[in-house]
Amino acid sequence: MLANFTDRTWLWAAAAFYFAGFALGTVAILRHGRPSGPATYALILLGYALQLAGLGLRGRAVGGCPLGNQFEIHQFTAWSAITLYLVVGVTFRNSLLGYFTSSLAAAITLLSLAIPAWDATQRTHIFGSNPWIELHAALAVFSYGVFGLLSLTSILYLLRNYSLKSKHLGGWFSFLPSIRDLDQIGLRLLGAGVVILAASLTVGSVYWLRDTSSVNVAKLVVTLSVWLAYVLAFGLRLRGLLLAKRFSWACLLLFAAAMLSLGPVDRSRHRVERVTEVRAR
Amino acid sequence: MSADGLFVIGTTHHRAPLAVREKLSLSAAGAEALRRELAAIEGLREFAVLNTCNRVEFYGVAASAGAAARVSAAFCAGQQFDPGEFDRIRLDLRGPDAVRHLLEVSAGLDSQMIGETEIFGQVKDAYAAAQAGGTTGPVLNRVFQKGFQAAKHVRTHTGITEGQVSVANVAVELALNIFGGLADTRILLLGAGEIGEKTAKAFQSRGAAALTVASRRFERAMDLATALGASAMPFEQRDARLGEFDIVVCATSAPEIIVSHATVRAAMHRRPARPLFFIDQALPRDVEPTVADIDNVFLYNLDDLARIAEENRVAREAELAKCRAIVTEKADALWRQVAPQVEALATALAADATSAEKTAKQLGKESPA
Repeated sequence: MLANFTDRTWLWAAAAFYFAGFALGTVAILRHGRPSGPATYALILLGYALQLAGLGLRGRAVGGCPLGNQFEIHQFTAWSAITLYLVVGVTFRNSLLGYFTSSLAAAITLLSLAIPAWDATQRTHIFGSNPWIELHAALAVFSYGVFGLLSLTSILYLLRNYSLKSKHLGGWFSFLPSIRDLDQIGLRLLGAGVVILAASLTVGSVYWLRDTSSVNVAKLVVTLSVWLAYVLAFGLRLRGLLLAKRFSWACLLLFAAAMLSLGPVDRSRHRVERVTEVRAR
Repeated sequence: MSADGLFVIGTTHHRAPLAVREKLSLSAAGAEALRRELAAIEGLREFAVLNTCNRVEFYGVAASAGAAARVSAAFCAGQQFDPGEFDRIRLDLRGPDAVRHLLEVSAGLDSQMIGETEIFGQVKDAYAAAQAGGTTGPVLNRVFQKGFQAAKHVRTHTGITEGQVSVANVAVELALNIFGGLADTRILLLGAGEIGEKTAKAFQSRGAAALTVASRRFERAMDLATALGASAMPFEQRDARLGEFDIVVCATSAPEIIVSHATVRAAMHRRPARPLFFIDQALPRDVEPTVADIDNVFLYNLDDLARIAEENRVAREAELAKCRAIVTEKADALWRQVAPQVEALATALAADATSAEKTAKQLGKESPA
């Protein structure tokens, strides 16, 4: 029976597990309790495995990393954020980060699944036979996942800052990490995201220099703008000019802008090929 | 009989005021002398003594109710305390009630400061001392060990230990919410009075190492710094060096503001990325209130700290019913486990006593005289 599942069925199942993590945490918070770290982690891990299966099927069908339309890009971004969470979440030891990560992943994956237009056009072999271009694209979207996690730590920072400033420390505010830890994690995530996106752009630039007509100008401008904006934020943070609340708000706004830019970037690409829904063999 | 075999007698802060508890408090030498005396009580097979500033309790396993009374008498005699007066303030619980009491005490439910965790260590120490003295046996071993597990369960599955309830500890907890840990934080104590000293000690007990004291009278700052293992700083340098510190405890008796908004803003320019936490325990206040508006600066005054401590206390009390339900369930289960042993012990002791009586009678008959 599992063999008959389509890639979207796997991805719906993954989204359901992410949503379950969000629902579990919400119920705990509403009952004035702490979201269960291990339970949330387990739900996210199961969702991750299902998403991996779905993306794997899709990747096999489209002949490469599934980044051919908005649906796939959003799914891959959520998957990247989850990948990072599963690695750093253990050391972070904070159940609220798991709760927020599952919320973000549920929101992104459910949104992408709920808009059929995003997956109406499926492109195959978009990277041709060039693995470097595939790496470039995968790194770029992975960096978006890092920035996604950064936006979550920014939300946690703003909540912790609010609780300390307004002197409301009880309830679920007591589950938040310290403001200094959140600041340090935010800085490291921003640095990691900037470096990964820079690596992606470096790989892409080699290809672009060989054939400048191969890359759409709009895509180039938008991607570079996103990277430069994050570099600027990183530089200002290091120089002590963008700090605390303003730094967190900047990270949130930049991530929103980065996600919104995915649409124009996708639309600017050439349509290559239409395929129907892919089924597992 | 089996329920009476396990007992706890003593007195606590609920029944005895401080002045009485002072008289009943056991010194180390007194405790040792009493232990020897209790060990000689006939029929008392197991016992442990819990002696803290808020309670003196004797947990025992005996063949008869008379053994518990002899424990009371030995204690009163040792402390030169009127037995009649002791009877009026005495706690006397048997069987499952004694088990439940031990669990409540271990979990901090019976403490003056509900949910405090220090008592858990004190009960463990009492048990360890009894074990070392060879006065525990199968019943008390099981009751104490299972009791520790139950107390840990209560602490981890309820909010009874969440939030600090003393002003000094609330200040420390706030600092942890800001800095995560205290090991690499630098603390400035402005004022060398008792309140500041208490707060400084609370910080040191949670790992703060770099403490500097400044007072308008430098010699007082030096004295306190020496007592705390800290360094002293001339009071006049506070503005210039403010940026060096992460936490500033203000507890002077100065009639005017001693830390201004402008001073803090200037300090933050020198250390913009690191938060600065002010604990203003002075009355009138030492820190200009508008300091709280500066980014990355957190200001809490005496009222704020007291309000948080009170909120935490109320929250702990709200958890009490939940904790007591868990304790009752665990205590009942534990009692069912040890009741047969207590009963068997009592029966064996009674049989021994009857046999000894018969032997004595027989010896009496056979005696030529």
